[in-house]
Amino acid sequence: MAAAAELKLLEKSLGLSKENKYSAQGERQIPVLQTNNGPSLTGLTTIATHLVKQANKEYLLGSTAEEKAVVQQWLEYRVTRVDGHSNKEDIHSLLKDLNSYLEDKVYITGNNFTLADILLYYGLHRFIVDLTVQEKEKYLNVSRWFCHIQHYPGIRQQLSSVVFIKNRLYTNSH
Amino acid sequence: MRLFVSEGTPGSLPVLAAAGRVRGRIELLINTVGPEECVVPFLTRPKVPVLQLDSGNYLFSTTAICRYFFLLSGWEQDDLTNQWLEWEATELQPALSAALYYLVVQGKKGEDILGPLRKALTHIDQSLSHQNCPFLAGETESLADIVLWGALYPLLQDPAYLPEELGALRSWFQTLSTQEPCQRAVETVLKQQGVLALRSYLQKQPQAHPSEGKVVSNEPEEEELATLSEEEIAMAVTAWEKGLGSLPSLRPQQNPVLPVAGERNVLITSALPYVNNVPHLGNIIGCVLSADVFARYSRLRQWNTLYLCGTDEYGTATETKAMEEGLTPREICDKYHRIHADIYHWFNISFDIFGRTTTPQQTKITQDIFQRLLTRGFVVQDTVEQLRCEHCARFLADRFVEGVCPFCGYEEARGDQCDKCGKLINAIELKKPQCKVCRSCPVVKSSKHLFLDLPKLENRLEDWLGKTLPGSDWTPNARFIIRSWLRDGLKPRCITRDLKWGTPVPLEGFEDKVFYVWFDATIGYLSITANYTEQWERWWKNPEQVDLYQFMAKDNVPFHGLVFPCSALGAEDNYTLVKHLIATEYLNYEDGKFSKSRGVGVFGDMAQNTGIPADIWRFYLLYIRPEGQDSAFSWTDMLLKNNSELLNNLGNFVNRAGMFVSKFFGGYVPEMVLTPDDQRLLAHITLELQHYHQLLEKVRIRDALRSILTISRHGNQYIQVNEPWKRIKGSEADRQRAGTVTGLAVNIAALLSVMIQPYMPTVSATIQTQLQLPLQVCSVLPIKFLCTLPAGHQIGTVSPLFQKLENDQIESLRQRFGGGQLEESLEFKAKASPKSTVVETVTAGLQQIQVLMDEVTKQGNIVRELKAQKADKNQVAAEVAKLLDLKKQLAVAEGKPLETPKGKKKK
Repeated sequence: MAAAAELKLLEKSLGLSKENKYSAQGERQIPVLQTNNGPSLTGLTTIATHLVKQANKEYLLGSTAEEKAVVQQWLEYRVTRVDGHSNKEDIHSLLKDLNSYLEDKVYITGNNFTLADILLYYGLHRFIVDLTVQEKEKYLNVSRWFCHIQHYPGIRQQLSSVVFIKNRLYTNSH
Repeated sequence: MRLFVSEGTPGSLPVLAAAGRVRGRIELLINTVGPEECVVPFLTRPKVPVLQLDSGNYLFSTTAICRYFFLLSGWEQDDLTNQWLEWEATELQPALSAALYYLVVQGKKGEDILGPLRKALTHIDQSLSHQNCPFLAGETESLADIVLWGALYPLLQDPAYLPEELGALRSWFQTLSTQEPCQRAVETVLKQQGVLALRSYLQKQPQAHPSEGKVVSNEPEEEELATLSEEEIAMAVTAWEKGLGSLPSLRPQQNPVLPVAGERNVLITSALPYVNNVPHLGNIIGCVLSADVFARYSRLRQWNTLYLCGTDEYGTATETKAMEEGLTPREICDKYHRIHADIYHWFNISFDIFGRTTTPQQTKITQDIFQRLLTRGFVVQDTVEQLRCEHCARFLADRFVEGVCPFCGYEEARGDQCDKCGKLINAIELKKPQCKVCRSCPVVKSSKHLFLDLPKLENRLEDWLGKTLPGSDWTPNARFIIRSWLRDGLKPRCITRDLKWGTPVPLEGFEDKVFYVWFDATIGYLSITANYTEQWERWWKNPEQVDLYQFMAKDNVPFHGLVFPCSALGAEDNYTLVKHLIATEYLNYEDGKFSKSRGVGVFGDMAQNTGIPADIWRFYLLYIRPEGQDSAFSWTDMLLKNNSELLNNLGNFVNRAGMFVSKFFGGYVPEMVLTPDDQRLLAHITLELQHYHQLLEKVRIRDALRSILTISRHGNQYIQVNEPWKRIKGSEADRQRAGTVTGLAVNIAALLSVMIQPYMPTVSATIQTQLQLPLQVCSVLPIKFLCTLPAGHQIGTVSPLFQKLENDQIESLRQRFGGGQLEESLEFKAKASPKSTVVETVTAGLQQIQVLMDEVTKQGNIVRELKAQKADKNQVAAEVAKLLDLKKQLAVAEGKPLETPKGKKKK
């Protein structure tokens, strides 16, 4: 998904009615937000954070110092680790890590839904849709989290809904 | 909180500098760990610095740690700061880590280091000078300054890498470097050794590449596979190499199918559905479909197989229905027999015979068995107290009496059996009996009847069971049911009824009575066979040579496992008795029961109107076959299984295998040169195939389906790992490898096409056509995995096998079959006539729909006319409201989702 398209999704999920204009910069098509007042903003997480503030939904950036740092950490993770790595092994090691991270968490920050959930969901979507049933089962916590986020009101929009199977199939594989 | 660092970690610089600037006190413990120590439990690769917070959570990003220290001091980050931080993480870091690696580990110098970095450094310099501010994000120092400074310091502290011309950068860098927290961080981390202090740490790191930080891969974990011995592998390879040659020759088709001495002769029956009930999915999976899978499997094994079924047509219900519809019972049966036959035809049930019980053969055989029982003293006569409804002027058949169960107190117990406790009831024992038709209270009258003396036959039955059960494949529930009946002791069962529509009782004084279905329905199997071939006795009086498999839902176990065997044993005519009694548990619908009266659930005739192919229904029903325990049909689950197992697993594999042959090898199966890995795969597939055989031989139909899916998963993994689509573009060796992988894969697909034949015959045939599988291969399923498509075999056109089921589609089906809207009218009908079945309500529904449609048209014309006359707005609105209401009723009647009544819709 192009970054601009993702930001459009985010705008909608934040309930922002004013449509912003985005352009893309450089080889990696980094999104640039043209603002009327002031300089443009560059970078997915920067713009996303900006949009959240614009929508007066600062709680999505975390409410405590710890939460805020955690949110930004995972946003960074999103643009450094998730993006640009189409290599299958990378993705699997990433999913493995994320899976064990999410073992005791409902959301990325623990108990609160934040921008980190949204952008990781958008970023991981293209990989998760391609996972086999077995892989989804292997990354059970990621699956649970992902399924949860895709059902979060207003987040998924036109992205395809990824199917997860409730019953485990592979418990006694031989 | 606790900070974990290693000697010479570059990330420690900004972290310590940021920590040093924190306003107020923080408790910060610093732990020095080895560079390869995994501090963060959820990260596979070691990472330092890491900050463990008091909550137990970890910050493993250098920037996030710095940010946290800033936030603790109350300093929030603005957009510009965030933008710098994002740039640092995505642009600067990759270039910088590579540069540091070249410099410190590889000892490169000069432009080798500076070159790749120059762009980034220039970017900082220009931004600073453009803004004309001392700091990156404005007049005051921000988190961005600390993080970027910390990242750049190891390199820029060497003036050689801080070019003269980047004046703004220089001045920014020097300003920061002279600050106290930064100086202290430098002392701690670099220990006055300069950049070389980072050496021991960086040496342990994987080499960084600018702009694409590749990560060392973790071994992908494979599905745990059984360990194979060398012999197993060698045997699999030998079998594979023999290929087509080792397939047995095809049995000639015979008509009629008759047992052959010295062969395995398999006689399969599916419980006879009652003629005027449209079967629901539970009936279909319980009997006909399960039996069909086994029959098809049995034929694939080249066993001599006869599969029969038919409609059970005698009885009160048919008689009453005939009266209602103004037809004769015969006409009713003709009509509904056809409905049944059509449904099973649509589900692709491979009956050799689908007969009916209302034939002269039925009379002949039933009466013969009865006479034999009579002469041998197993029939007794008695006078029965029976319920008679004076209002309806007739004796009430068991199913037309309802009342309170004498055993458990259940309010709606039927006259023959309580749905709640499952106990059999004598209708006159019911408390508060009611005629189901008119709801009046019936009276007890006496009538003469015949009884099958089961207690007298009990010993013979026990002997037979003792010989049959051990080593047989009776399902545990069937064994349990029979055991509990025997434990309670058998009682004489009445085998006659006061009816006309039935097999006449050939005995004086019983001219106006017929045999009760308990006695004669199971004899239907014999008479149906007799209508198929004059030599029916070769099947039914041949227990030595014939293996009889009987399929049913568990409520039918007593008739097949007990009553009929007793009749047959008492008749002393060497009847073939059931060897394997296969009973399923119940299939529920979504969260409840299928209910004909409430229109809940999917019935056989409706399945074909869903647009979902029969094979998908077959697959899903078999996948959830209530084997061992009750299961539930769920629309969502059906979608999941279709999309995951059929589309993504099986369909994907078979399609890819075929496509590779077409695309890369011009449609001809390529040469295969098996590597040891391939040989192991052969052995695994053979093992899974044998597992499949073992399960199906034991009639574990659902479990065997899992084996198919496992093989296809193996196949998918095999393709995925070997990437033939890449190798085909590679060297000669690569191309040969691509050929082997493709050839092996397409052979697995061929095997799968035969294995799924019992489950999805149409899909199986489609694959076999696509692969141009030889007839012999399609018709026989060997025990071992053979190369059936040798190199040079030409395949046909390959196309996708399955379609994705969409949520919307499934949701609307769920609503359509949920009952709900239909409930009210149906309950009303049920009261008026207890024998109302779905067919009836559907036809009634159609009339209603027609009426509504007419009214909608009429009302539509009224509205149009008024509008044309430019009539009063209120008047128009009132008529429009009527129209909308009619449309709504129509939609409800048709079971369609309601349209939003918003007038015009754009197309």
